[in-house]
Amino acid sequence: MMTLEEKQQDVIEEFSLFEDWMEKYEHLIELGKDLPLIDPEKKTEDRLIQGCQSQVWLESGISDGKMQFTADSDAIITKGIISLLIRVLNQESPESVAKADLHFIREIGLHDHLSPTRSNGLLSMIKRMKMEALRQI
Amino acid sequence: MLETEVKGKRKLELEEIRRDFPLLGREVHGRPLVYFDNGATTQKPKRVIDTIERYYSLENANIHRGVHYLSQQATTAYEEARKKVANFIGAASDREIIFTKGTTDSINLVAFSFGESLKEGDEILISHLEHHSNIVPWQMLCERKGCVLKVIPMNDRGELIQEEFEKLLSTRTKLLALSHVSNSLGIVNPVREMIRKARDYGARVLIDGAQSVQHTTIDVVDLDCDFYVFSGHKIYGPTGVGVLYGKESVLDAMTPYQGGGDMIKTVRFEKTTYNELPFKFEAGTPNIVGGIGLGAALDYLSEFDMHEIEAHEASVSAYLGACLKEIDGVRIYGESEQKLGVQSFLVEGIHPFDLGTILDQQGVAVRTGHHCTQPIMDFYQIPGTVRASFAMYNKKEEVDVFMNALERAVKMLK
Ligand SMILES: Cc1ncc(COP(=O)(O)O)c(C=O)c1O
Repeated sequence: MMTLEEKQQDVIEEFSLFEDWMEKYEHLIELGKDLPLIDPEKKTEDRLIQGCQSQVWLESGISDGKMQFTADSDAIITKGIISLLIRVLNQESPESVAKADLHFIREIGLHDHLSPTRSNGLLSMIKRMKMEALRQI
Repeated sequence: MLETEVKGKRKLELEEIRRDFPLLGREVHGRPLVYFDNGATTQKPKRVIDTIERYYSLENANIHRGVHYLSQQATTAYEEARKKVANFIGAASDREIIFTKGTTDSINLVAFSFGESLKEGDEILISHLEHHSNIVPWQMLCERKGCVLKVIPMNDRGELIQEEFEKLLSTRTKLLALSHVSNSLGIVNPVREMIRKARDYGARVLIDGAQSVQHTTIDVVDLDCDFYVFSGHKIYGPTGVGVLYGKESVLDAMTPYQGGGDMIKTVRFEKTTYNELPFKFEAGTPNIVGGIGLGAALDYLSEFDMHEIEAHEASVSAYLGACLKEIDGVRIYGESEQKLGVQSFLVEGIHPFDLGTILDQQGVAVRTGHHCTQPIMDFYQIPGTVRASFAMYNKKEEVDVFMNALERAVKMLK
């Protein structure tokens, strides 16, 4: 099992392989396609994250003291981004999710390359994941 | 390109005029910028930028209140700008030109001041194509006054259904508030005929010209509308300034909705009397540099023949439309022949946000989303569209760059 920090390093390394931003986006799109879907009947208003240009639904639960997130979006790039968040935060204790410093976002350049509306979306996703973890504490 | 040259007008030499707009020379994400988001805001010619710089460097003073040289000079410049606006849209007098913050502010002014005269049961007619800023102020008015909001429906092609419009008109209709050109679809509404029909029932008419004044010749007297509103920033001028044109007799009958300095004649605690037009609707220190900057933008635009600009933009837009139709799975929204300035579309199976993101990475600026027209998106049951919108400086070569970028994006996202 990797620690949260090791998972972040893993993502950073993965993205360092790409020469330019188009390749990074191609990778994000692939990741988005691999993210499991959420059942349509679970795409309810209370699972919808506000503040994104595309729609994002997030489901969370806890098993054996570890957070389990699933998410879906109607936009594939958004799905790619959220799949990275899930990869880093899944299987972590609610406490470590709540206090996680997700520096990988900055380091792979997602922060710079997402426009304000979109990075608000990204921030809303992170905030929501942390809120759901806090509810489990 | 049109061959008919209009005397004394500058020809639309694209490479030359592009140099008038400093921002067009920049790169985005390492690529030369293709700016197709002119419906949101246009870039500014050097003439406007220089005017603003000169104003703050050499001419800044408050207006309408100083005896000193600078104040008088600033007042003259601001009032000159008002005359330029009046000329540009064919108003009978500059008393009919109220400077506001923008289209939204102009509509709110009418909704409050004109709206004050409305009674319970009076009807306000808008259309399905309106921008939120030509919907919400009327909903708020209806809440305050007990008026009823009616909506002219649209068909699948994005056109307003004229038979339904006629059925909705009655003597209860007090105001028709209608966009000239839809910002989402580019559809040009047959405003002239619609104004005439509304007149038959004694209704006043407000035309939202936010997406028409920069693309086509406007003559408010000829249109015979009571109000015509637009934003400075969409017609090559600065942000934070806009225009409310109103017929003098109509404006005269309206009470101001904001009080303060400048809009008064005399203030006594017992009774205050209001200033005359247009000042009675301009409370407080206005956006002086904004007005003057807008004047400079209209000066710039007036160097050219508006018909040539319209024909040029139409040819760029039609070229993009034709190229889009060549691509598998593309649907263009707004299929009427009567379109100005905008191509709105989706590619089957691809979210507009994804397309916009990959276009942006290639230096192409478009808008994605609902464009402040959620009812249109609900009508088509789509999350939004990708919107390319044009200005006088866009060229067909940019459409080619756009199409390459789009094809690459589609390949990545399919
Ligand atoms: C048709 C239409 N009406 C109103 C507006 C609102 O203009 P502003 O935001 O400048 O007040 C816009 C601009 O987006 C528009 O396109």
